[in-house]
Amino acid sequence: MSNARFQARPATDQTGRPDFISIKNFGFWYGEKKALKSMTLDIPERQVVAFIGPSGCGKSTLLRNLNRMNDLVDGIRHEGDIAIKGQSIYDPGLEVISLRRRVGMVFQKSNPFPKSIYENVVFALRVMGVKNRAVLDEACETSLRKAALWDEVKDRLNDNALGLSGGQMQRLCIARAIANRPEILLMDEPCSALDPIATGKIEELIHELKAQFTIVIVTHSMQQAARVSDRTAFFYLGELIEYDTTEKIFMNPGQAQTEAYISGRFG
Amino acid sequence: MATSSSDNSTPKGEPWVWFTSLGLIIGLTMVAGLLGLVLINGFSVFWAPEVPTVKLKDGTQIVGQFVQRRVRSNSPASDPHYERQYQIGLRELNSTSYVWVDELNIADEKFVPETLGLERMENGPAFIIPKTIVDSTGKQHPFIVPNATVDSAGKFHPIYTTAFSLIRAEVDQATYIRERVLDINQNKIGVVNAEMEEARIALRRAEDRQEPTVELTDKIKTLDAKFSELKKEAEEISKLTALGHIEGIDAKGRSVTIPFAGIVRAWEPNHMTTMDRISLMFSRMREFLLDAPREANTEGGLMPAIFGTLVMTVFMSLLVTPVGVIAAIYLKEYAKDGAVLRVVRICVNNLAGVPSIVFGVFGLGFFVYVLGGTIDQLFFSDQLKYNNNTPVFGTGGLLWCSLTLALMTLPVVIVATEEALSAVPRGMREASLAAGASKWQTIRDILLPASAPGILTGVILAMARGAGEVAPLMIVGVVKLAPTLPIDGLAPFLHLDRKFMHLGFHIYDLGFQSPDSDAARPMVFATTLLLIILVVCLNLGAITIRNRLRARFKGAAF
Ligand SMILES: Nc1ncnc2c1ncn2[C@@H]1O[C@H](COP(=O)(O)OP(=O)(O)O)[C@@H](O)[C@H]1O
Ligand SMILES: [Mg+2]
Repeated sequence: MSNARFQARPATDQTGRPDFISIKNFGFWYGEKKALKSMTLDIPERQVVAFIGPSGCGKSTLLRNLNRMNDLVDGIRHEGDIAIKGQSIYDPGLEVISLRRRVGMVFQKSNPFPKSIYENVVFALRVMGVKNRAVLDEACETSLRKAALWDEVKDRLNDNALGLSGGQMQRLCIARAIANRPEILLMDEPCSALDPIATGKIEELIHELKAQFTIVIVTHSMQQAARVSDRTAFFYLGELIEYDTTEKIFMNPGQAQTEAYISGRFG
Repeated sequence: MATSSSDNSTPKGEPWVWFTSLGLIIGLTMVAGLLGLVLINGFSVFWAPEVPTVKLKDGTQIVGQFVQRRVRSNSPASDPHYERQYQIGLRELNSTSYVWVDELNIADEKFVPETLGLERMENGPAFIIPKTIVDSTGKQHPFIVPNATVDSAGKFHPIYTTAFSLIRAEVDQATYIRERVLDINQNKIGVVNAEMEEARIALRRAEDRQEPTVELTDKIKTLDAKFSELKKEAEEISKLTALGHIEGIDAKGRSVTIPFAGIVRAWEPNHMTTMDRISLMFSRMREFLLDAPREANTEGGLMPAIFGTLVMTVFMSLLVTPVGVIAAIYLKEYAKDGAVLRVVRICVNNLAGVPSIVFGVFGLGFFVYVLGGTIDQLFFSDQLKYNNNTPVFGTGGLLWCSLTLALMTLPVVIVATEEALSAVPRGMREASLAAGASKWQTIRDILLPASAPGILTGVILAMARGAGEVAPLMIVGVVKLAPTLPIDGLAPFLHLDRKFMHLGFHIYDLGFQSPDSDAARPMVFATTLLLIILVVCLNLGAITIRNRLRARFKGAAF
């Protein structure tokens, strides 16, 4: 059995709204291809939810729907609804831009802008029109501290961000994603390109960030899911197979497919 | 790796490598040959060789600079004999300044040490044996040829040194005065003329409208007085050198008098050290780059043409870059993919293949006549009405040339920008959008800076094409000789309506429109060389900027 993989984690604050993000009967197509079969799940406030499953099963697709990044793709279509705090993200009265300001995102490949470290971090504030230098400075320092990067870069904030190491770049991207204090943080395999030490740092970071943000993380590493998440969703071929507390999924999965996957029999 | 690359170069496995490298070799040879030809021929404008006195068998003789040697057209192929071309100058005495001499007719060729070479404002160079030098005060200095040219120490006889330093001093003084006169004639009188023209137009308008004219007539009177005053000043100054001249004899024994006022440069072709020749060469190069042309452009400098080419090219780039970039942004980022977009793309690409003269015709028909004509009607109607219908913008000029070339090079910039935008990593675009930036903010803050090097590559290509283009310019505003520069001290400083000179057109004009094509030939090459250098410099400048920009993105390790 896979119990050995699961390590005990500190208890989580359960006072948040249980249906902070509410996905209802949501299905999704790229053109003619159905990428997500109708699924329903609620993501509770200030918890970490991990999406796991073999590649191509639709984890990123669902994640990228939470901030409507998939709008960039031509010929997409969805059914059902996704609501954040009860408000549909497809509400015509809601602008995509304001949605994305509430939902930060960290990508699989770190993608800092070819600008200074400082400008990278405050980018989201700049595009919101913040010009006050003190506000920007403050946001820069807070975000970099939260991203556990401040001590490493505080003396070279004006250096080009592309000069950082891979792990530092990814933490910079996290700092950038949280600089405008979003409510939700989406992370799509944030550690897949990093070495174990950098990965450890980021996982620690996720623990700390959980106090303020609702985090959805896609990962292909089951150990990682076990280490960082409160709840885990297992997807297979575009279908949500099982969604429960991480403990339950790893100790006592309800579905045979889930068990097969986490015990490493496929994927 | 190393073994596979050496394998590739053996003909056995990869015969095509040889074939493709052949193409490269042919290309390189042609470029090297072209540059070499241009370099050697262009160089002869600046170099002062020794000047022989050639005695012919019929007893006559000539003094001139050797130019070239060729097989006589009627000589048998088995036993060819040659003829030589000499530049003898002195057009006021000789019918042509270049002569061909059959080598069989040459009895003797020697280098007379006291031969004096003179470059003049008019009538081409002169090669004479000086007899008397009259300085600016009217004092005579006879030039006596000593018995021994070189003394025991191998030094030239002091009489040469003294005479030549006197000549130099006089030429320097004459040059200084000529420049002052030129300054008065061009700049000071130019300002007066411009004001006068304005006043005349104002006067005609006032008369037409039956408004009081006293003030204007007074103004014209003062300007007239100022004009004659300046003219008189110029005359006074030129009188300072009126006396000085050189008397001498030419090869045929005819006596010649050459006033210092008309001499640009004097040198002793048979009497100089190599250092002297090199410093003469630099002096000529400086004139070539910094002075205005003379003698129907076949002598003197190219400054107006260099300046005109530069200003036009830069102005064209300033026009084409924003328009091209904005068009590309629309095509790439905003336009909906579909049949219309594809057709537009094809049109843009085909625009790049349209012969440039077609753009010239379009420029003349649309920019000059329609746009320029309308501008004149709207803003310069007074000028038209009271200045004999002289158009301002309704005729060729800098603005229309730049616009025409901008239109011609637009596809280059559009295509380069579209490619540069596509090359920006998708992650950067997504990161910006995910941070809540709008599409326009993403374009402005992320995509454009990141694609700047690629855009600049397009601008470089556009500049290279624009700077070397001649055909369309000939009909929208480039002229053989422009009295003024497109940028000068008169408000509004940048004169978009002015006609200007251009290196490319200069080459065409010198080579094919010049009455004395022999005299123009070296200048054609020198100008070609300069145009090539100018285009290379413009490109190098742009490439440097691009590399600086690129260095900023180099750290991107993903
Ligand atoms: N932009 C796209 N256009 C078309 N199909 C896509 C696109 N992105 C992903 N897909 C398809 O959707 C399915 C789910 O992909 P994805 O969500 O990226 O899987 P993963 O779980 O590995 O993140 C895959 O079959 C993939 O081929
Ligand atoms: Mg994925």
